[in-house]
Formats: sequence, C-alpha cells, structure tokens
Amino acid sequence: MSLKILQSGLLSTIQDNGRFGFQKYGVIKSGAMDPYAHRLANILAGNPEDEATLEMTLLGPSIEFTEDHIIALTGGNLSPKVNGQPIPLWRPVFVRAGAKLEFGAPVSGCRTYMAVSGGYELEPELGSRSTYLKAGIGGVNGRALKENDDLKIRKSDLLDKAAIKNSEAKAIAASWYMKPDYTVINKTVRYIEGREYDWFTEDSRSGFNTEEFTLTSQSDRMGYRIEGPVLALKEKRELLSEAVGFGTIQVPAGGQPIILMADHQTTGGYPKMGQVITVDLPHLAQLKPGEKIKFEKTTVEEAQKLFVQRKKEIDFIRSMVKDKIDKGVL
Amino acid sequence: MKRAAYYPISEQAMLVEFGQEISEELRNKIRLFTDLLDQQNFPWLVEYIPAFTNVTIIFDLLYFKENPGQSHERIQEEIENILSSTEQETLKSPDSEPVKIPVCYDEEFGMDLDEVANYNGLSKEEVITLHTEGIYPVYMIGFSPGFPYLGGMTGKIAAPRKEKPRPKIPAGSVGIAGTQTGVYPLETPGGWQIIGRTPLSLFDPAKEPPALLKAGDSVQFYRISKEEYNRLKES
Repeated sequence: MSLKILQSGLLSTIQDNGRFGFQKYGVIKSGAMDPYAHRLANILAGNPEDEATLEMTLLGPSIEFTEDHIIALTGGNLSPKVNGQPIPLWRPVFVRAGAKLEFGAPVSGCRTYMAVSGGYELEPELGSRSTYLKAGIGGVNGRALKENDDLKIRKSDLLDKAAIKNSEAKAIAASWYMKPDYTVINKTVRYIEGREYDWFTEDSRSGFNTEEFTLTSQSDRMGYRIEGPVLALKEKRELLSEAVGFGTIQVPAGGQPIILMADHQTTGGYPKMGQVITVDLPHLAQLKPGEKIKFEKTTVEEAQKLFVQRKKEIDFIRSMVKDKIDKGVL
Repeated sequence: MKRAAYYPISEQAMLVEFGQEISEELRNKIRLFTDLLDQQNFPWLVEYIPAFTNVTIIFDLLYFKENPGQSHERIQEEIENILSSTEQETLKSPDSEPVKIPVCYDEEFGMDLDEVANYNGLSKEEVITLHTEGIYPVYMIGFSPGFPYLGGMTGKIAAPRKEKPRPKIPAGSVGIAGTQTGVYPLETPGGWQIIGRTPLSLFDPAKEPPALLKAGDSVQFYRISKEEYNRLKES
C-alpha cells in the first residue's frame, strides 16, 4: 500500500495537528497551516483527526498510486486531476492502482490537503508527524517530499466497504460532498488586541483597522510579511522576548507587520499589534502572495465563542460523514 | 493582592507576568511556578512557555466549552491558589547545581577567540579563564530548539557581533554576542563570535526531554582538549 512521488511540487510536507508540550524547549508546534482543511480531509477519508495529511503548496506534486486508495482533498483548489480528469475537493474519492494524481493552476487558495484512508505510515517524532524542516524531524525524514519518495499507507477498512467494484474508472468521486463553512473569498481577518497595541500611534492603529494589506512574496510557513500603511510606535521601546503564537501580528522596526504562521519560532521580541483569531487562520493559510487582506478587531470572548462553535460544526460534520461511510456510500 | 499579572493573549493562551525587569529573583520565581505547574497536572493545561519575566500558558479551551468566556478567569483563580499556598517557598532559591558543559577552545573550533581577546586587550588564555569562571543562569529557551538565553557574562569578554554573519555555524558552537554568551544547538547561520565548541547535543529529539537545558537551570563551561572532545563526541 503506497504512493510514489513522481514530482515533489513547490513544497509538499506531511503535517498533523502539531507538536505539543515541547515549546518550552524551543521546539515549535508546526502542524497544518490550514488546520480546518486538514481536519476535514481526515474526516472525509474516515481517519482520526490527528492523522497526518499531505500539505501541498501552490504547485502540487505528481503522485502515482501503486495500490487502490481512497483519498480526500480539501483546502485550496489547485486543480487536482487523476489521469487528466479533474476530481473534486471536499469528498472521498476512490483512486485505482496505477492512476496518477496531478495538479494544475491554483484556482482558489494556496494549500491543498490530502488525507489517504488508513493514514500515512510514519512514526511520530516528539509526539507528532508534522514536518519541522529546520530541526529535521517529523514527516518523511524531517524534510519536504522529493522525487522517488515512497509513502507507505496503512490498510483501510473503508476500501472494503466502498461500493466501487462495478467500474473500471481510474477515479470515482463520492456523489455527496461537504460544503466548507469557511470561504477563501472572505479576506477580512479578525484579531484581538496584542499586548503592545497601545504602544502604536493612533494613526497606525486606525490605519491597521481600516486599510488594506498585501501579502508579499516573502511569506512562508514561518511567517507572512504584509505590506500596507506603516505602523509606528509612539516612542521607541525595548521589549523582552516572550512567547508568540500562530497568528501573532508582530511589527519590526520598519513598521511592516509579520504575521506568524504554523512554523513560527516559540518566542519573539517585536511589539505585537494583535493576534488573529483561531477560526480565521484558515483564511490566512489560503492567501496567495499579491492578495489583499483587511483586519477587523474583535474580543477574546467572541473569538472563544466562535472557536467552540467551529468545534461543534466539525463534530456535526464528522457524525454525518461517518454515517455515509459506514453505509459504504462513496 | 494578586501575585502575578494576567493577560489573555488568545482564545487558548494566558500570559502570567511576574515582573518587568530581568533578575535572578524573578528567574527563581518563574522556575518555582513552572515546577508547580508540572506537579499540578491541571486537566486544562496543554503546555507552558517560560520567558524572561513571564510564563505563557496554553490551555485547552474545550475543557471550558460550557462557558468558554470564563476560561481565563477560572485559570487565573487556579493559578492564584497554587501561588498563594506556596508563598513561603518563593523565598527559597530553587536553584540547583549548574549544568557542566565541556568546551574545546582550540583554534579549529574557536575561530573568533583571537578577535574577542584582541577586542578586550586580553590573552586567549584569559578569555577562556573568564568564560569558564562564570555561572550563567538560563532565562529561557527559544529562537531554535534547545537554544538557551544565558545571562551573567562578565563584560570583560564582551564583543560585538560579526559584521558579516556566517552562513553556517556548526552545531555545538559556543559564542559571544555583546554581553551574552550561548551555544548553537543546531547548525544555523549566525553572527556570534565563536570561541569554542561543545561535543554535547543541546537538542536531541531522541531524548526525553529533547533539550539539555531548561529555563531556570544554570550553566558552567569547562575546558577540554581536542582529544577529549573527540572522545565525548563519539560516546
């Protein structure tokens, strides 16, 4: 049971929900940039939510299936095709042995997640399968996928259940699908005030809250550099390094913010304008360089309410999908 | 009166601040607090990240899902409880013996030892003696896995960063930057003045815990020969 990587794509890495408990040792959390798409890919493939998925960026890889598999693709639409035929996202898809999965132009979003029913057979390192490139741990030997990699897949019960025996097609998509509740068209990102919010001039704060910012090409899994009105401090002040998080908006001396993303360092010493709320991180993850975003302030309480609500939605989706899968409805 | 200041910094994080300035006293307080957290096994605690003057607590919001808006308040109460019940102990220093780190200061490893010596008008031997005399408190681990932010270096061997950072500094390199000293756990680019190298791994994912040091420890360097370096490196 395996997948063969024919071409690596721009940056294809194994990710899961992240590495917990080691930040005090300077070991970053990592994990999927779009945790929502990552979770749903697993749910649609009948996997536990902490199973690893393959995160693919802008230019997807080319993958040969050496056995029959059921996969689910979620997140950004990078024009997935099996043997030249487009296949849909947000639903389970049966892919036959010998078929080739490729990607084309990015239609919307920036990152696609692929879960394979049964899960990637990889040993966790420090409690997680997430690839941490800098330290060389997790995923496939701590690195991005490359040509000729062989990804072993665990056996899946789903494959036996799925009613696909009467067809010769290389890929069969489920007739049902889930409609993601987040949309990559929404480019307003909500945030809560950072610890140093009041250090910024009134003009800077007002600019931050009303004007557009553009994602620059200097953006990766560690952080997004965004360009917009210059954000200045009322007076120069020194700050001791302290913990930062996925979504922390920090502002170096130049006045152009950096939003810390999944591979951010555990600590940082720049003033923090804000913290993007967790339910809006997927919007950021799917943003492409050159695209614009705006920021809207909210409260911790509101962010927490939305977080719990999102969790309930995911639970609901899981129970619906499980029902379908148990009946063998592919 | 509250024993710390509390800042809800995200849905699932609370920053607990014990002061504003770096000090030995504060470092001990933070060490004691994280020891308490380790003992308590709070069901909502995911992990914590100590820094110079504060500790950030990451918690599981779903533990409070019936009333998420009150999670920060409830955590604050629980923390105040453990802090107040251990008031006496904060007077005692929880500090233990420094972690001894062997360093080979030979020219092959200490590429910038000359520069540091010249800058301070000292001999290389004097720099090594001063560097190995110091006991350096670990304030926090950050920047990269296992990287300790050390304090307490004498100004006598302080030296500015290299004008041109090196693209590659080998793992284990011991350096000086301004009045700071430290060890690079992984091969990285860097601008520190490199004065030696340790054969020890400061970060090893196969070990539990994966880092040699933690916030609250202290460090002392001792000099070893090239032969001993090689022997320790192999073992």
